[in-house]
Amino acid sequence: MTTTDPVSTTTAPDPGTPPVSVRREALYFAVRNGKLLVGATIVGIFLLVGIIGPFFYDQSPMAYVGQPMLPPSAEYPFGTNTFGQDILAQFVYGVRSTFEVGLLGGGLAAIIGMLVGFVAGYRGGLVDEILNMFTNVVLVIPTLAVLLIINAYLGIRSVAMQALLIGLTSWPWAARAIRAQTFSLRGRDFVDLARLSGVRTGRIILREIAPNMSSYLFMTFILLFGGSILIASSLDFIGLGPTDGVSLGLMLNHANQWSALMLGLWWWFVPPGIGITAIVGALYVANVGLDEVFNPKLREL
Amino acid sequence: MTLSVQDLRVYYRTLRGEVKALDGVSFELADGEILGLAGESGCGKTTLGKSLIRMDGRMKHVGGRVELDGEELPIGDTVKMNPFRFTEVSIIPQYSMSAMNPTRKIGRMVRELLDSRGVTVDTEELHRRLDLVELDRDVLKRYPMELSGGMKQRMVMVISTLLNPSLLIADEITSALDVSTQKAVVTTLKGFRDLGFVKSMIFITHDISLTNQLADTIMVMYAGKLAEKAPSDAVVNRPRHPYTQLLISSLPEVGVRYADKKLTGIPGNPPSLLDPPVGCRFQDRCPLAFDKCREEPPVVEVEKDHYVACWKA
Amino acid sequence: MRQYFGRKLFIYGLTFFVAVTVNWLIPRFMPGDPVASMVARASISQPEAVAAMQAYYTDLFGLDQSLISQYFNFWAALVTGDFGISIWAYPKPVADVILGAVPYTLGLMIPAILLSWLVGNWAGALAARRKLLDNTVLPVGYILTATPYMWIAILLCWGFGVVLGVLPVAGGYSFALQPSWSWEFIGSLAQHWVLPFASLFLVALGGWAIGMRNMIIYELEADYSNYLAALGAPHRLIRRYAFRNAVLPQITGLALQLGVLVAGALVTEIVFSYPGIGSLILKAIQNKDFFLIQGTFLFIVLGVLIANFIIDVVYVVVDPRTRAGMAGAST
Repeated sequence: MTTTDPVSTTTAPDPGTPPVSVRREALYFAVRNGKLLVGATIVGIFLLVGIIGPFFYDQSPMAYVGQPMLPPSAEYPFGTNTFGQDILAQFVYGVRSTFEVGLLGGGLAAIIGMLVGFVAGYRGGLVDEILNMFTNVVLVIPTLAVLLIINAYLGIRSVAMQALLIGLTSWPWAARAIRAQTFSLRGRDFVDLARLSGVRTGRIILREIAPNMSSYLFMTFILLFGGSILIASSLDFIGLGPTDGVSLGLMLNHANQWSALMLGLWWWFVPPGIGITAIVGALYVANVGLDEVFNPKLREL
Repeated sequence: MTLSVQDLRVYYRTLRGEVKALDGVSFELADGEILGLAGESGCGKTTLGKSLIRMDGRMKHVGGRVELDGEELPIGDTVKMNPFRFTEVSIIPQYSMSAMNPTRKIGRMVRELLDSRGVTVDTEELHRRLDLVELDRDVLKRYPMELSGGMKQRMVMVISTLLNPSLLIADEITSALDVSTQKAVVTTLKGFRDLGFVKSMIFITHDISLTNQLADTIMVMYAGKLAEKAPSDAVVNRPRHPYTQLLISSLPEVGVRYADKKLTGIPGNPPSLLDPPVGCRFQDRCPLAFDKCREEPPVVEVEKDHYVACWKA
Repeated sequence: MRQYFGRKLFIYGLTFFVAVTVNWLIPRFMPGDPVASMVARASISQPEAVAAMQAYYTDLFGLDQSLISQYFNFWAALVTGDFGISIWAYPKPVADVILGAVPYTLGLMIPAILLSWLVGNWAGALAARRKLLDNTVLPVGYILTATPYMWIAILLCWGFGVVLGVLPVAGGYSFALQPSWSWEFIGSLAQHWVLPFASLFLVALGGWAIGMRNMIIYELEADYSNYLAALGAPHRLIRRYAFRNAVLPQITGLALQLGVLVAGALVTEIVFSYPGIGSLILKAIQNKDFFLIQGTFLFIVLGVLIANFIIDVVYVVVDPRTRAGMAGAST
């Protein structure tokens, strides 16, 4: 959530080239792009940890399993916290909920962003004016502040609820970027042709416009994914995380709240931070790689 | 003689190998001559234009030499080439609409550009040239986005020719314009030559009929090589190369462009320049092709000033 | 230009209106009796506070009044600066509590934002098209921008505060001191300011550097750059134009990033127990002090709107096209 709508600063895809050869070419460059490979590998490893990891624990990650404040050892590779909870167990569950928040929150934001962006860009006129104003209002309101007040009033919070709220508030820049892209595609011959042959608006957007910017949409989703993770971790840290689960942000919250720093329990607050940074950073780097793959201008020779 | 190009070869570096976009082209351009450069997309005409002033990062000067007014142009060396740019060789780019910095007033941009080249602005001369292309002198106090498309085009034409270059390259400058504006541009370019603002000119275009109105000589290229070069009248009325003949006959009327579409009259596509065929590059599409075409046809002067690269010519 | 500002102010006005309405609506969205549930969930030590809260909520939610008049009363209270009474800092009014914290947050944020913007743009511009630098600036930038603010804060706090012990780790000034205009106090303020500032600065830096690098590369490949190069203009001139044109979207980016930067400042303050808005929010959440939460929400929205407007003014000064009566800025 830190870079300024990074997609719009990169070059736009060039529609109009035949899709088959473009796809083959994209694949050719994809398997040769270091940034994409490194990023995707790191994300993949963490994804595996999040999917498989929790199966190794039959107890809840919140269970008090051992002595408090144990440094990393063979039995507890990441040590235990002041309550004697297994930090590795919390970590693998936390990675899982991190992906959940990213997928759900980023996915929802991408869907809303696409809907608003497509309709505003394709319809233009008054519809565009109104949607644009709406987008600008949501854009200006600080996301975290809104989430803060909503979450504060919600008594019981879940990962899904958190993701829902993040998705509902973090779509504006995506909508704006997609609107601009749609706007430039609207005047193309193939869209005109579809319109003249009486194809309905929804179908034109789905069949003609969306496929022609699919790589762009995918990259937007990745950035929203990473952004959702960062917002969620901030909420968790303030103490507005899921009340029924564990997450990397909550681990940081607990570590901070229970003086892990003063007690020197570095194994409590280092892993969750590395987890978030690595996942989000790898997503961003993979995204740069994707950009180079899809945009011939950026390819290095 | 203004320009002499000898066996020029410029390749593009790509991941899959070298694309031989310009593969041994020779021609000469006399003082006061306007050369029309025609051919399909990818025939090497834009590559030739770029090579003469500024190659982009992927282009590589593989061989051949270029002389301008008897002096060799270091076209492969972007730094050494710099003193020649603008003063000796200049260009009107395809992208006139976006060629000027959007956040500078035009007058200031021109001044900064000239300052950077160590030339002081001759305001009177600048004004005279603006009058000539019927631009209000006020445009210098405006931002590019305040000008219409046609005004921007004329402004760029004035800027590019301000230092009276020996050679002006006009790269597809008419493709985005309507017919009447095209005519105006062509007239202006002729005027620039007649007034001595430019000594000679290479006019690159898709539109062979428009070339005919402006150019003294027309050069037709195919797949990185010269196909035919002759006085305009000869190319249009008595073409000798089968490719030129098909090109001309596929033009139904004056003003109709064949643009990027492949020629309807000529089946097939131009060969891949990654690994071009041995011999004549047009052989696969040529209706007249015979065994001999497997050997490369030399460029022959079939009559005075009329050069053709074809065994049948 | 008037139209440009008119549009902007309209959007900001609308945003403020929406924010206030959301603020008013949310407590009423809660299922059940809001007064009872809030009083029940508030963990208050002082009995007077309970009574005050009860009275305040009853008054605010005014069950005997119509929704419309409740809504107008809410606005009326707001205009007179009445945000209610804080539960956590009873019996201080919320507005006073917030105003006491604002200087700390601003003192942290403004230098961090401006400096990270300047240094980030400078680093990004240097990196663009210089292979060696690019290969260092880019990865470092991406790591920084992917780092959660609080984690950098925790690491700095742990490293410099706990392990090395060279800088204080908590508070806005030494607990032994009373706020005063003495050198001792100012020195203590500065000491406590360094680490929170550094964490904010570092994370924000990465984003600006990457943004600037990408923008400059884009501008260096723009048609006007190619044209200048073809006419033999020196690199210096082309880079100067590209830099100037690339800075413009970065200014707009500053406005877009404000929300994120505020969020970053809040969590950073929490790590360092820095007495700004962030720590206030943590206290409010822990004490279920809803007036305080709602008050800080409005203050943050207001602050962001004002900052947005300042950025708009700066943009008009920097981008000549907006002054020439053109729609230069689309945001």
